[in-house]
Amino acid sequence: MKELEYPFDGSSIMRRKVAVKRELLSDGTPRIKKKIAVLGGSTTNHIVSLLELFLLNFGIEPEFYQSEYNKFYEEAVFGSPELDSFAPDLIYIHTTSRNLTMLPESPAEDEQQVSQRLEEQFGIFRQVWESLSQHFSCPVIQNNFELPLLRRTGSYDGWGVTGHSAFIQRLNVMLSDHARKNASFYIHDINYLSAVCGLEKWHDAEAWYLYKYAMSTSVIPDLAYSLACVIKSIYGRNRKVIALDLDNTLWGGVIGDDGQEGIEIGPETASGQSFSEFQRYIKGYKDYGVLLTVCSKNEEENAVLGLEHPSSVLRPSDFVSIKANWEQKDKNISETAEELSLGTDSFVFIDDNPAECAIVEGQLPMVRTVSFKDVHEAMYKLSRSGCFEVTSVSADDLHRSEMYAANAKRTAQQKNFSSYGDYLLSLEMKAEICGFLPVYISRITQLTNKSNQFNLTTRRYTENEIRQAGQSDDHICLCGRLEDKFGDNGIVSVVIGKCRNTELDIELWLMSCRVLKRDMELAMLDELVRLARSKGITRINGFYYKTPKNRMVSELYGSFGFKRDELKENGDSIWHLNINDYSNKNKVIKIKEQGEQL
Amino acid sequence: MNTNEIIKRLNEVFRDVFGDPSISVSPATTSEDIDDWDSIEHINLIAAVEDEFGMRFKMREVSGMKNVGEMIDIISERGK
Repeated sequence: MKELEYPFDGSSIMRRKVAVKRELLSDGTPRIKKKIAVLGGSTTNHIVSLLELFLLNFGIEPEFYQSEYNKFYEEAVFGSPELDSFAPDLIYIHTTSRNLTMLPESPAEDEQQVSQRLEEQFGIFRQVWESLSQHFSCPVIQNNFELPLLRRTGSYDGWGVTGHSAFIQRLNVMLSDHARKNASFYIHDINYLSAVCGLEKWHDAEAWYLYKYAMSTSVIPDLAYSLACVIKSIYGRNRKVIALDLDNTLWGGVIGDDGQEGIEIGPETASGQSFSEFQRYIKGYKDYGVLLTVCSKNEEENAVLGLEHPSSVLRPSDFVSIKANWEQKDKNISETAEELSLGTDSFVFIDDNPAECAIVEGQLPMVRTVSFKDVHEAMYKLSRSGCFEVTSVSADDLHRSEMYAANAKRTAQQKNFSSYGDYLLSLEMKAEICGFLPVYISRITQLTNKSNQFNLTTRRYTENEIRQAGQSDDHICLCGRLEDKFGDNGIVSVVIGKCRNTELDIELWLMSCRVLKRDMELAMLDELVRLARSKGITRINGFYYKTPKNRMVSELYGSFGFKRDELKENGDSIWHLNINDYSNKNKVIKIKEQGEQL
Repeated sequence: MNTNEIIKRLNEVFRDVFGDPSISVSPATTSEDIDDWDSIEHINLIAAVEDEFGMRFKMREVSGMKNVGEMIDIISERGK
């Protein structure tokens, strides 16, 4: 619902919350249900009402438990039967600087006394978290602390040993340290939020005295939204892609009219600098695993030309898809979504032209659009929107872009060819097929232990067994590495054959599914036959041992031209191939000669 | 601003806040007359009225108003 997307009209949402909730609940969206316990150090009712709306809009249907007023400590530490029976999926501790009980009282206190106070204050909260984690193994979100509005001593309050601002900032650092060391513990940064709203607006003494709200009711929507972003991030509801317009979005000017030398990007002009900063900001998202795509009305050639501008921070290779054409942008976004196997609800679309944003929104209501007057506004909206709120960073996140980029390019390429064979040829595949070189031993072992689908015998090996087979004269061992023009797939196939006089028994044949249908198995067979012949072997025996997962290769040997000798009741089968008149089958992969660089 | 005009705008606020388009307030209306008008929703009501009329109630007024009539009196004095 557009009304609940940042930037929103908080007071209107607050006023219309009953109607908004009704509308959300009747829109037929499938939502995941989550039980959220809110343990408050002040009133939480409207925070919960607004949080509910924002979560519903993020695809989460919450059920709430609220602690008794200001009983966050008691209910966490001494337990509560109501909380127990509620069995929360997530706990939010809504405390604020109003709940700090150990603030320094006299300017006469020394560093040691204040440190003692800090430890004690932190200890109260640590007790809460430890007790909660013992009782409930669920995510816990804890507010950090906002700075006070009033500073009796001015700037000194922020650095003097007994200053309250100083105390709060030191405490916040302790909270952050704790969060980094404890999985499933997250900080909700109201220190930032109160600053960005303005402490003058945030603090509202009357709201405290009248209702025991620790902040102005006018910022409750901001608090609830920011919290909803953390929660939906924990539940994997983040956006995943930024689709970007080019002209006047990534650079100033129109590349088609102004040419590469005419667009504004880089340090020469003020406007050029702002576009550089914008590009750096966007590139930072990519580093966190957000995929970048281009969606621009342009000639593709010009789009690339702009991105190859010497001052362009974003290069063509930073994008997993570049759609620069004269099609409708919503059509381009749908296509990109399909290529990446993602829903349009994963997309954020940024365009300086509000009309383009409106069209995309109209056609694809699940896409979040960001229009702007200057790129700083776009950066700010992107930041506050929480579309890419991070609650943890995985190794996969850091490499996601490269993986998607290569796959998307292969898929895109496939479309341009009428025959699959032509497509395979266009990939310019090169393979290195060799014995078990020491550098590959651990990858080979890993493959034998995790490949299930394209695996004929599903035999598992230890690193030692692989090493021994590799060095044995009675064995033919092959591993294959496949590269194409989009990237290196690494070692993807392993074959182990055992010699018995003039016959070879294939004990292991596996391939990684990431290179299915690329004819890599044919290249492996060619090489296996070549080596077998050189050892005087005339017949190769293949075995298929059926498992619940390897049905895709039950007829593999048949497709190679092997004859089936036996089909057992349990689905296992035995095959053989006479190799005297074998001729090579692989036509699309170039095989690297020994010692040649791929 | 005359009382009728205030009541008209106030009515919209009440309908929004309590999610009930059938609500019709008069100077005599009290919290007893509206089901969901409890101390919690009173907070939201006050914020919405303040927002609608561009004014703030004093603390004493927030907790002291006995009926909609008193609210109207304050609005006519300070509201926009």
